[in-house]
Amino acid sequence: MHLLRHPLSQADGGPGLKVLVIGAGNDCRQDDGFGVAVARELASRNLDGVQVLERSGEGGSILAALEGQETVYLADAVGPGAEPGALHRIDVVADPVPATLFHHSSHDFAVAEALEMARVLGRLPAVTVVYGVEGERFGHGFGLTAAVRRRVREVADRIQSEITPSICR
Amino acid sequence: MKPETAQKKAAKSRTIRADYLARVEGEGAMFIRLKGQEVREVKLKIFEPPRFFEGFLRGRSYLEAPDMTARICGICPVAYQMSSVHAMEQIAGVTVDGPLRELRRLLYCGEWIESHALHIFMLHLPDFLGYESAIHMAPDYKAEVEIGLKLKKYGNELMALVGGREVHPINVRVGGFYKAPCREDVLAFRDRLIWGMEASRKAVALVAGLEFPDFEQNYEFVAMRHPDEYPLTEGRLVSNRGLDIDLSEFEAEFDEEHLEHSNALHCVHRERGRYFVGPLARYALNHDRLSPAAQQLAKSAGLSKVVLNPFKSIIVRAVEMFWAYEEALRIVDSYEEPERSYLEVPPREGTGYGCSEAPRGICWHRYSIDDAGLITEAKIVPPTSQNQRTIESDLREYVKGRTDLPDDKLQWQCEQAVRNYDPCISCATHFLKLTVDRG
Repeated sequence: MHLLRHPLSQADGGPGLKVLVIGAGNDCRQDDGFGVAVARELASRNLDGVQVLERSGEGGSILAALEGQETVYLADAVGPGAEPGALHRIDVVADPVPATLFHHSSHDFAVAEALEMARVLGRLPAVTVVYGVEGERFGHGFGLTAAVRRRVREVADRIQSEITPSICR
Repeated sequence: MKPETAQKKAAKSRTIRADYLARVEGEGAMFIRLKGQEVREVKLKIFEPPRFFEGFLRGRSYLEAPDMTARICGICPVAYQMSSVHAMEQIAGVTVDGPLRELRRLLYCGEWIESHALHIFMLHLPDFLGYESAIHMAPDYKAEVEIGLKLKKYGNELMALVGGREVHPINVRVGGFYKAPCREDVLAFRDRLIWGMEASRKAVALVAGLEFPDFEQNYEFVAMRHPDEYPLTEGRLVSNRGLDIDLSEFEAEFDEEHLEHSNALHCVHRERGRYFVGPLARYALNHDRLSPAAQQLAKSAGLSKVVLNPFKSIIVRAVEMFWAYEEALRIVDSYEEPERSYLEVPPREGTGYGCSEAPRGICWHRYSIDDAGLITEAKIVPPTSQNQRTIESDLREYVKGRTDLPDDKLQWQCEQAVRNYDPCISCATHFLKLTVDRG
């Protein structure tokens, strides 16, 4: 595995970082914590050249995080639609983000809106990929349901396998 | 239109429903039932599950209240934190003053800025300009959207500077903060605040030029009032109908009623019923507490000292956003790092009250704790539950003169009307569907 060395130009991220991973959601609302769980899994792997952020899913902060980025992976819970645990991979540059997937959020300017707004404003990073997993429960409470929990490591692995070539470009 | 046709149309019944009210915080629905020209029923349904925060808090340490209550809302967490810490400090007889108090106001300015910028540009402006959403508006109003996003971003960054992170700040504690920011980091914010003041002036000019429906109501406005300041975290509760009370007297004046169609309690004045909290109330009751520059800006936007048209709340929000940037700059310029980041607030048995001005109105709290500092009782009255009755009443009055409108247009205007109040339904329950029933 070839990872970029010494890429950090500043402590909180910046131009030296080539890849941004955003885990979106709220870990106080059961399966909505999926994105945050993926972010924590990837952060624990200490990948060189990779900045990992947790965001609530509020669109303004997602848009701000995209600024100046070239490669972004975002993990979030989605639903309702398919079976709990169903995995979606959306190449946002190629395809619009279906807003209905993300409307479990109480933030009306949320992930889908932020990504589509970034497209309209010409701010969409060259590589923008969303991994969404269908959640089952979004009520108040901690912990993921079994079907969603099983996807955390898998999605982290898939993001890691995608970003490794990115940071070696 | 022939008279017979008009009569037939008049006799027709219809329902207008928005099963999910878009561009509001939380989950809710609006239902309007018409019979001809008559408005039979208006309901704002809040069906996000009730939030048992008051129950969660019982048995927890008084020191946990700011972190737990911050989780009630991702848009206005500081309101909950400030109301809860003030209540706990009142019980202990501790007054937080000086630079720590200023830091609290700075944090709160950040919340007002990010919340108002989000609502003005992303949620409400598309209604006025005839777009389905901010995304649909952006190609034609790219510069305005960019300004709105930057205004909001700086508000979030201010919250992160003082509160430790943008959403659900983690640096607030009873007695002050876990860590006070250093003077250098605070001063580094100066240029952003100066830009924000100028951008807010442009925002006021932009929204003042919008077309507003001819609609005014005779409200009882309720807001906090402080002897010297535009209200944020301290003051008495006052109204334009003679109310002037200490925070501890809130429950003697106001009552919460549970209605079947909503998971949120309706808060009403015990004698006079509905009342109105938020930017229009703050502005009407505290116009003289705005800075001279903010007063001048309001005047230049054509606002009188009292605004009774709720659609014009978008202008008042923009004026308040300017004021929040200006106030933040004042605090930044005079900031001296405190010797200690918090005051000791020892546990003492008793009951305390806190209230602060969330971006959408007063957020009132009462807590009782025992001598070990465990919370024995908590009561939280968020702003949207206080405005719910007024929202329904305004909708009823607004629809009355517009029953001839086709359903899709009426639905659009009603959704726009609901957004006048920037309802935070997540807070109130403790999303919005619209239904108009003409049958």
